[in-house]
Amino acid sequence: MDQIPAVARVFAYLSLLTIGGGMAAYPEMRTLVVDVHHWLTEAQLVHIYSIGQAAPGPNMMMVAAMGERISGLAGAVVAALAFFVPTGLLTFAVGRVWNRLANWPWRASIQNGLAPVAIGLAVAGLVTFGRGSITGWVTGAIGLAVFVVTMRTKINPALLILSGAVVGVVALR
Amino acid sequence: MNRQKISVWDVFMTFLVIGATSFGGGVVAYLRNALVTKKKWLDDKSFLELMSISNTLPGLNATNMSILAGDRVAGTTGSIAAMLGMCVPGFIFMTVAGVLYGAHGDRPLVTAALRGVAAAAVGLIAATWYQIGKKTVKGFYDALFIVLAVLGINHFKLSVPTVLLALGALSIFAHRPVTEHKPEEDSAWIRSLQ
Repeated sequence: MDQIPAVARVFAYLSLLTIGGGMAAYPEMRTLVVDVHHWLTEAQLVHIYSIGQAAPGPNMMMVAAMGERISGLAGAVVAALAFFVPTGLLTFAVGRVWNRLANWPWRASIQNGLAPVAIGLAVAGLVTFGRGSITGWVTGAIGLAVFVVTMRTKINPALLILSGAVVGVVALR
Repeated sequence: MNRQKISVWDVFMTFLVIGATSFGGGVVAYLRNALVTKKKWLDDKSFLELMSISNTLPGLNATNMSILAGDRVAGTTGSIAAMLGMCVPGFIFMTVAGVLYGAHGDRPLVTAALRGVAAAAVGLIAATWYQIGKKTVKGFYDALFIVLAVLGINHFKLSVPTVLLALGALSIFAHRPVTEHKPEEDSAWIRSLQ
């Protein structure tokens, strides 16, 4: 319970870094959750993050599972609120004024300028995440197979995540 | 849009169904299908406009789009209803997952399954970003900023906010508005030289 204020602070802060998606915040999340607060081990963080990829709705709702691990149900509620409410209010406000910014020439500059930085941050997050999850040739093969199938078919990603679990049970035990 | 006709309840239920069925992410495709194709609450042009706001701001596309679309079709309460509908099913799912993980996460069988899941997630996320990257990268500067962000974080171990603020500012400057260039002025200037 004494961790609740820290949970609120950390997840609200992390949410502000999710430009272009949750992966951008991953390296900072790893630092804070694993190294600074010792709430989870890196393996636990990787596991919970991965389960979130199969869940319905926003994939970063896995912050609820992290909050639950840190402080039970209250932790889950606080982590989710801290992660989704502040950026939600910002989005709501900007949505209201957006049309008034239509003729502001820097609007397009900000959009076009942030796009490559967002991709770079996501790739950097993925590299950090991959270092914790691709640990040998079996995991490497699973990752590569899922990449190829996703690029070539329109299969539901949740099924691929599930297949990863099956292959894991067979080959990684 | 005909605001009066769309009830907040209808908005909530629509987003709740998406929030409960969009296993594996890709929420934006579900949203487009529901809001543009089925319900016709938004046209494609406004949907893309909301996407561009959503992409520029922090926060996830799934929730940012719910907030923006909910506001467009049914005002402030619509926005809150859309956000709640989108988030509540995933919240329950992940909270239960957290409890189960705490109880059984240490079992060798579960750990093996989750290592497989994590490896699959890498492939999935890599494919998603590869596809986004292919559509977004136009020219040298875009590629440069992607490489600099990766090097900054993974090689030089800079923090995410440092890289975001520094490269964000540089990249916005690199994409700064071009000052209006009127060809007549050019030719007048050239003529004055002759």
